[in-house]
Amino acid sequence: MAVVHIPALLRELTNNEGSVEVEATTVREVIAQLEQRYPGISERLTEGGRLRKNLAVAIDGEIAILGVLQQVKADAEVHFIPAIQGG
Amino acid sequence: MSYQVIGTRPVRHDGADKVTGRAVYGADTQMAGMLHGHIVRSPHAHARILRIDTSKAEALPGVLAIVTAADLPHPGDRMVDLGEGLTRLSWVHGNVLASDKVLYAGHAVAAVAAANAHIAEEAASLIEVDYEPLPCVLTAPDAMKPDAPLVHDDVFMQEFGKLTDTPSNISDHFRFEIGDAAKGFAKAHTIVERTLDTSTVHQGYIEPHAATVLWNNDGRVLVWCSTQGSFVVREVVAAVLDLPISQVKVTPTEIGGGFGGKIPVYLEPVAALLSRKSGRPVKIAMSRKDVFEGSGPTPGSHMTVKIGVAKDGKIVAAQANLAYEAGAYPGAMVGPGAMCVFAAYDIENIAIDGYDVLVNKPSTAPYRAPGATNAAFATETVMDEIAEKLGIDPIELRLRNAAKEGTRRADGPKYKRIGCVEVLEAMKNSAHYQAPLPGPNCGRGVAIGFWFNIGFSSSCTISVNSDGTVNLVEGSTDIGGSRTSISMQAAEVLGIKAEDVHPTIVDTDSVGYTAVTGGSRTTFATGLAAHDAAKDVIRQLSVRAAKLWEVDSELVNCQRGVFQSGKHSITFKELAAKLEETGGPVVGRATVNPSGVGGSFAGCIVDVRVDPETGKTDVLRVTSIQDAGKAIHPSYVEGQMQGGTVQGIGWALNEEYFMDPSGIMKNSSFLDYRMPTALDLPMIETVIVEVPNPGHPFGVRGVGEANIVPPPAAVANAIHRAANIRMTRLPMNPNAIMEEVWR
Repeated sequence: MAVVHIPALLRELTNNEGSVEVEATTVREVIAQLEQRYPGISERLTEGGRLRKNLAVAIDGEIAILGVLQQVKADAEVHFIPAIQGG
Repeated sequence: MSYQVIGTRPVRHDGADKVTGRAVYGADTQMAGMLHGHIVRSPHAHARILRIDTSKAEALPGVLAIVTAADLPHPGDRMVDLGEGLTRLSWVHGNVLASDKVLYAGHAVAAVAAANAHIAEEAASLIEVDYEPLPCVLTAPDAMKPDAPLVHDDVFMQEFGKLTDTPSNISDHFRFEIGDAAKGFAKAHTIVERTLDTSTVHQGYIEPHAATVLWNNDGRVLVWCSTQGSFVVREVVAAVLDLPISQVKVTPTEIGGGFGGKIPVYLEPVAALLSRKSGRPVKIAMSRKDVFEGSGPTPGSHMTVKIGVAKDGKIVAAQANLAYEAGAYPGAMVGPGAMCVFAAYDIENIAIDGYDVLVNKPSTAPYRAPGATNAAFATETVMDEIAEKLGIDPIELRLRNAAKEGTRRADGPKYKRIGCVEVLEAMKNSAHYQAPLPGPNCGRGVAIGFWFNIGFSSSCTISVNSDGTVNLVEGSTDIGGSRTSISMQAAEVLGIKAEDVHPTIVDTDSVGYTAVTGGSRTTFATGLAAHDAAKDVIRQLSVRAAKLWEVDSELVNCQRGVFQSGKHSITFKELAAKLEETGGPVVGRATVNPSGVGGSFAGCIVDVRVDPETGKTDVLRVTSIQDAGKAIHPSYVEGQMQGGTVQGIGWALNEEYFMDPSGIMKNSSFLDYRMPTALDLPMIETVIVEVPNPGHPFGVRGVGEANIVPPPAAVANAIHRAANIRMTRLPMNPNAIMEEVWR
């Protein structure tokens, strides 16, 4: 099971749970599973089927270059984090 | 691993053009029939535009076109990808040419194209704009007050996708939490909390923005400009003008510095509109005043950082509250700042709140490790104070808490292989840190910092010439010697000399999509594309060798430019001479969008002398230490470290947007905006640390940014030891220092 770490400001939707286990093979499935359990969380994470502006997802510490299409391994750690720019 | 090319110091491929003045920069573009553009800018920090009358300017002989926001297409708002992330098209529109309101002094409101620059300037002065001045707000703390004037009426605070229901100058609030900060602080032996401020500063690139555009008769928009990302310009011009991207072709000129500030687009859509109206190519070049007032500086910030430690110095809890000034449109890069504020340390209990705050200043742009320098100024100042309170050497305190592989960052993910400990050990063992201070009123300060670096897409092709050289085509604007660092990676794979690779940076029609030169990504990602394209060349040449020898190509191997199979052997150069007889040209290609990005830690050691009577700070000795992963060309790595360090010292001691209460910048020239020169600083010493990034075939991490992060805090800590004052705002100029001395 992949472990999804819930951002602090979304824990109001997860009964204050800081992490959740899901069975999913892509980030899109991760979000769909979260939505099933915690209605409303999907629209906080995505917009038009893509991750929201300035949001990225990290799988096992690596920024997912494919966004919601990125594959998720069974024991992966998933974090939703601010997108990083550079100068 | 031993290399033939990587780690050597060949002469840069663009060196001759640059030292002889032949290199063509943005403002050097010349064309038959070319007109000169001039932008009319707002004299008010916040005002409603009541009327724009262009009739007098239109009547001036030599004027061929005038445009305002009314000339921009308005296809409706949507999100656009600007190369490093999404933003609202209406915000891009609004910053290119203001429509109903101006949001900062310097905001573009109209533009004129004329036969020469003098007529254009005169015509611009004849454009009459009636304004209704509005109250302005200039700092994050003021802008966050409930009764503050609103910069935008239609921006609502967002908290992780949830919009609040009243307009606000806080466009975004987020929080990171791991562990339980309150419980952690309850166990602390010593707690230090400081509130610190930093001023708005500019990247200060020497070359002002410049763009030339021809809206051709066939409908294509041709752009020549100084930019960090030609494909970003293509995206933005197409989005703002509501064109398909294939209708826009962007040719990057040489670039005289960017540091993040030449990622946003300002002039190109305006020059395009002027070109369409006039039927002629139009060049617009900013003045230095335009650059300061009309392009994107980096955010000022208001920060509170609190750190609690056990008796042995181990951090038990940390808390930060960061409010960054976005300027006129959202996007202050407070997110990355918050991700970096405690990134150097292994801490179990952390709470961080970040606020992206609108103010009536120019819309901010990235600046080397955007957001991280502000944050490190806060954290590293507090760490220095803790070291002093506990009587622990400041580097030793950092080593006791240093982040390592497996450390969980405040934003959640765990680090892979990183070089924080190695950087700290290099600092501790450096000749500089071991040396005594030179005399009275002197102090030594240290600090460390982190930047993530980024990956993103890059493309590259390599064609083999019959004389054994290759032509390398890529799309990354060369700011700091990247032609050479990219070519060296191809040369290493091909087993040829760096000088035998001829790199060319081409337009957006001539190479696959390549993201910006920014985020310390170019040597990492475009270098990886060059590596992969060179591997493709080797694969193809192995087939050619196999043909010559009548063997299976799988049995051909290539080591350091020599192809072998059994008793057969041929060099790269010899095989290149046989391309025609073995099947024709060989072109290798690669596109990448890599994961495996390796973040970089940097440290800074600074010695200063503070004049107790004037508050003037002399920088006596500086050492920059950085984990490069692998230094492809050590001279360019050292150059990046020195450049970033100098900029950090300028940020520390002198630089600021000095604004009057009405939001007018009073120092928008290099005479009054005091950047350090060669006369102000000693030679910056460098120590390159190499902890290879496992995500790159040569171990590259990228070195363009982390080096700017620690200097402001290191200088502040040095001033503390020299003058026994704890500076909590930047810049630490003589006025600020004497105020603190007399406090």
